Amino acid sequence: MDVLNAIIVLSNFVLIPALAYGSQLALGALGVTLIYGILRFSNFAHGDTMAFGAMVAVLVTWLLQGMGVNFGPLPTALLALPFAIMGTMALVLVTDRLVYRFYRKQKAKPVILVIVSMGVMFILNGLVRFIIGPNDQKFADGERFIVSVREFKAMTGLPEGLAIKTTQGLTVVVAVICVALLFWFLNRTRTGKSMRAYSDNEDLALLSGINPERVVMYTWLIVAALATVAGVLYGLDKTFKPFVYFQLLLPVFASAIVGGLGSPIGAIAGGFVIAFSEVTITYAWKKVLKYLLPDSLEPSSLVQLLSTDYKFAVSFVILIVVLLFKPTGLFKGKSV
Amino acid sequence: MSDFTRNALMFAALGGLILLTGTMQSWNSAILILNMGLISAIMALGVNLQWGFAGLFNVGVMGFVALGGLAVALVSIDPVGEAWNAGGTRIVIALLAGAGTIVAAVISYQRVAKGLNRTLVMLSILIIGFTVYRTILDPGVSAVEAVNPAATGFLGGLGLPVIVAWPVGGLLAAGAAWLIGKTALGLRSDYLAIATLGIAEIIIAVMKNEDWLARGVKNVVGLPRPVPYEINLQKSASFVERAESWGTDPVTASTIFVKLNYSLLFAVVLVVIFLMAQAALKSPWGRMMRAIRDNEVAAEAMGKDVTRRHLQIFVLGSAICGVAGAMMTTLDGQLTPGTYQPLRFTFLIWVMVIVGGSGNNLGAVLGGFLIWFFWVQVEPIGLWLMQLVTSGMAEDNGLRSHLINSAAHMRLLTMGVILLLVLRFSPRGLIPER
Repeated sequence: MDVLNAIIVLSNFVLIPALAYGSQLALGALGVTLIYGILRFSNFAHGDTMAFGAMVAVLVTWLLQGMGVNFGPLPTALLALPFAIMGTMALVLVTDRLVYRFYRKQKAKPVILVIVSMGVMFILNGLVRFIIGPNDQKFADGERFIVSVREFKAMTGLPEGLAIKTTQGLTVVVAVICVALLFWFLNRTRTGKSMRAYSDNEDLALLSGINPERVVMYTWLIVAALATVAGVLYGLDKTFKPFVYFQLLLPVFASAIVGGLGSPIGAIAGGFVIAFSEVTITYAWKKVLKYLLPDSLEPSSLVQLLSTDYKFAVSFVILIVVLLFKPTGLFKGKSV
Repeated sequence: MSDFTRNALMFAALGGLILLTGTMQSWNSAILILNMGLISAIMALGVNLQWGFAGLFNVGVMGFVALGGLAVALVSIDPVGEAWNAGGTRIVIALLAGAGTIVAAVISYQRVAKGLNRTLVMLSILIIGFTVYRTILDPGVSAVEAVNPAATGFLGGLGLPVIVAWPVGGLLAAGAAWLIGKTALGLRSDYLAIATLGIAEIIIAVMKNEDWLARGVKNVVGLPRPVPYEINLQKSASFVERAESWGTDPVTASTIFVKLNYSLLFAVVLVVIFLMAQAALKSPWGRMMRAIRDNEVAAEAMGKDVTRRHLQIFVLGSAICGVAGAMMTTLDGQLTPGTYQPLRFTFLIWVMVIVGGSGNNLGAVLGGFLIWFFWVQVEPIGLWLMQLVTSGMAEDNGLRSHLINSAAHMRLLTMGVILLLVLRFSPRGLIPER
């Protein structure tokens, strides 16, 4: 019985939140990794692209709510998602056209492109703050819980409750759909295959008649979709605040690098590795141990390895350890 | 037009902009821009050393600046004796234990033969070490933080003159840079970027959370000053007399006098660092650095130890950022870890270096002043622009009030546009490398 309680506490506070957070990180990291694979630079503006997508979704959600449209038990933001994706697609295509294409033509060094993406980051950050302001925005609606603590207790009769938020369930489902679509696209369609070929060996791909501009365009479109979905899911699950998205850059990059830059599978694995370590290391284990250990050994402190404010440190340490011992990441990434 | 006249003209234009601020807004804000411009120029020199000389992509400037700020609190504040008695020794022992654990883990990694054994030995050292560290540290921390938490609640500093904190800030930043460089410099440039981005966040997280160190987000206020206090000047008869002879009221005169004192101090530091950077650039060492930057493989084939030279310049550049950070905290008179933001303290410095001209020290200085000037002035200019644009709209128009309220966010937008324009049309900056 105690073991069961321990498992429930663990899932409530560690497993389910980490699963949702991991899915969001994985979606973000997929975007970073695709850009790295095809365009061959680390895109510092990715966090702000996510913020932009989420912002469009917030605005459209407000519009829909104002018109009295809702999505039943699901958040209205899901209805706004397609519009947000289209908005972000337009944005990234415009930035590519105005900014990145020039350097691609010049065959500029990757580090120059990174600095250029810093400029784009400034502009997007300013743009988002300019349009929606720097404050918290709430836009989640619909049912709050799939399973609430009270229902769960009544159902099972256990003293510990389990809550699954709608946004958490939604995050995992949407992430699975996105990843499935992405892999189907990369492995089964002609365009997807040409993207992989271009990523593996640019010269060979060019020789076999692949149009690089087309590949780049499709990459940006996919990245825009992934970034928007990740941004909206994160905003639904936690909260929408432009600065938070900027800070997501670190865990997102850590996920992509831990998995191996350029490797989509790696990005997903990396996302979950980072999310689970962040949550487990900053979780106070007292409640779980109380059930597992005999009374005499019950811990007096919180058994929290690090305070939650150090979650960046966790992703960073994992990043450094992986880089030192397996420099190309868990799944063989590429190095430019 | 020779290079010299061109540069002189650009600096003269910059001086003109600051003078214009003085006459149109107020002399106080003009000198404030000058002071922060001096500090920004030093930071830009540090980043230029790393990026312009050696091509190292450091986006952790904020962390080193913050360490410099921390040094001011640790050096200049008087020690809190009660807190030291309560748990000071405990904390020191715990920190030593923590450092010992890491050293032991590294040694075991080097000594024990590769394999499962090594991993197990290292992991057990780390786990045991961490437990010991926390068991010693935690009671000490709570004891220290319990000592008069509203006013102190931390160990305090050494009680030395605040100027001493500037070199100490540099040393602190250099130490951190050495640790980071040792682990991350062998890696590729993007990885170094992410690693430095991460370490900066961690330094800020430590400063925000470890209240026993420097009060965390409760801030350390009332740091001592290297210059006289306005209030004392206003009381001094000779100063009041002199102010009246200049034809200004003593209050304004005293604030300007204090700020000018800071300007003088900062200018001395800037000139010293600038001359040193110039000498370094022209020396064989500087030429070697640029050779490594331009072609690492060739430099390595010539027998240059690339990783070591990178470590050297990474530490030097970060130390300069630390000195600048210490100066900035001295100017502010308080340490506020919550105000360190990467956009302001890392990426803005990068804009300064790129716009000024990477690889050219004079360019970095110009970029530092110029970008700081715009960073401050874009807000009033943006507000004015918005009022102009919206002047045709009705007073209660929602869009109008939104635009006017959002004018403050124009800064980030403008900085991004400036950076992209310079990169596109003048990639070598205002004063290109020679």
